[in-house]
Amino acid sequence: MTPAIQIQQVHKRFGAVQALSGIDLDVSPGEFFGLLGPNGAGKTTLINILAGLVRADSGSVRVMGHDVVAGYRASRRALGVVPQELVFDPFFSVRETLRIQSGYFGLKHNEAWIDEVMHHLDLHGKADANMRSLSGGMKRRVLVAQALVHKPPVIVLDEPTAGVDVELRQGLWEFVRGLNRDGHTIVLTTHYLDEAEALCGRIAMLKQGRIVALDTTSNLVNRRGGLCLKLHITGAALPAALAALVRDTHDAVHTLRLRSFAEVEGVLAQVREAGAQIEELDLVHPDLEDVFVQIMNKA
Amino acid sequence: MSNEDPVVGGAGREYLSVPRLPYSVATAMSGFGTLLYKEILRFWRVAFQTIAAPVLTTLLYLLIFSHVMQGQARVYGAVPYSAFLVPGLVMMAVLQNAFANSSSSLIQSKITGNIIFMLLPPLSYWDFFAAYVLASVARGMAVGVGVLLVSLPFVELSFVHPLWIIAFAVAGSGILGTLGLIAGIWAERFEQVAAFQSFVIMPLTFLSGVFYSIHSLPEFWQRLSHFNPFFYMIDGFRYGFFGVSDINPALSLGIAVASLVALTAVTLALLKRGYKLRC
Repeated sequence: MTPAIQIQQVHKRFGAVQALSGIDLDVSPGEFFGLLGPNGAGKTTLINILAGLVRADSGSVRVMGHDVVAGYRASRRALGVVPQELVFDPFFSVRETLRIQSGYFGLKHNEAWIDEVMHHLDLHGKADANMRSLSGGMKRRVLVAQALVHKPPVIVLDEPTAGVDVELRQGLWEFVRGLNRDGHTIVLTTHYLDEAEALCGRIAMLKQGRIVALDTTSNLVNRRGGLCLKLHITGAALPAALAALVRDTHDAVHTLRLRSFAEVEGVLAQVREAGAQIEELDLVHPDLEDVFVQIMNKA
Repeated sequence: MSNEDPVVGGAGREYLSVPRLPYSVATAMSGFGTLLYKEILRFWRVAFQTIAAPVLTTLLYLLIFSHVMQGQARVYGAVPYSAFLVPGLVMMAVLQNAFANSSSSLIQSKITGNIIFMLLPPLSYWDFFAAYVLASVARGMAVGVGVLLVSLPFVELSFVHPLWIIAFAVAGSGILGTLGLIAGIWAERFEQVAAFQSFVIMPLTFLSGVFYSIHSLPEFWQRLSHFNPFFYMIDGFRYGFFGVSDINPALSLGIAVASLVALTAVTLALLKRGYKLRC
């Protein structure tokens, strides 16, 4: 099966900065794929190369089998990009913006689909409003609508929920999940790792222009192993024998890293023997954020 | 799947089960047509600023210069100075507004970031070039016609060779629309476009014979004027009105067309490379 996205040995340098160093990546059709990394890791550069906004120094990138340079017309028709920045054309209304964007893709009679997209993004009430008059959240919705106006099979969302309120965020994810269920390939970059963990089936982590981890989300989360025990104690200090397990202490709340659930009882027994009262305890399994921090610190 | 095959989202909910969209010349034309429509709509939405204001400014030039210079400037035989002045002012307005249209539109899009909406779709560099330049021609023509219309109550004009008038207006606005596109591509800040306008376009326009016949200049300045490409556009345009010119109009048109071809080649090369647009 032709990958939805195929990236082979992509390098890109901006002056003295090596933005991407030999990226290899395949994303299958229908995947919900996460692209994570700290600022400056190369996520947006990679997306921009995919979209034809930036040209790779070497390597090849294909969208639905179409090279983004040699077959740019077909590759761009296959791709919808929601940019990170809140950009808009102040001369036009929401509906005009979508009609114009549709026209750029050669779609003249696309009114039914434009209405459908506006309906799903709750933009109908603002259809005739000038873009300047919209709130940040509404502008973000229009950007999503613009990316979908030509019905692309591959949709890239570059930090779509940055600075967006909870209601829109949830509505947006519900809509994007629906698109993914309908067969659209979704590529997401975000700094909200809980969102990536909940949505993405597979994740690539980038650091300094290289992929430092690439696996299914569940494998990545399980890779960390162990669990954390949070203990709020009073009456005595934490026994010295447990010091090696302590990861963090804050206001008499100690966070201890354990290898397995079986170690919990032993720890509690030592605390009780030391004469301390356990006011509160909580068991926390590692999440993507823990894994992300670990991988970024190692790499 | 061929390179130009449609690529539509997966099947599923009814609203996403859309018919395939064949790629064709018609759809490519539609992309170009949409960009042209958007560019024309952009200046039409603010017509008070983009058309009415330059018409008024040019009318003021006409009223003041024709009053001050009438009987003092030596022009073609019996042609009154005010009548001589009008074609020059019309062409000046055409040229300046054609330049302003493409340069300001592009630099605004670059600075606000909304140029991404034109770079993401499958528009070719030809589409991009043709849409921006034709919209500039449209604005130049709109302002030129406006200036001509408001001048008519003040000046009696003749239209000896209307086809020459149209040919020079189209070629001139095409050249300046293309120059505006180059300036917009090159510039990274508004003041760079303003500098291009102030230090290149304005001097070349004012020293091109808008307000005088070059035969009224000392010989050195006459010779220097021949190196100004704007001079040929103004002179040829004026020939269309009076049937008289400083230079053979066919030569002027040839120089104008050659300039347009050369500038088009440069602009297309920049767009193809993605110079300062796709890094």
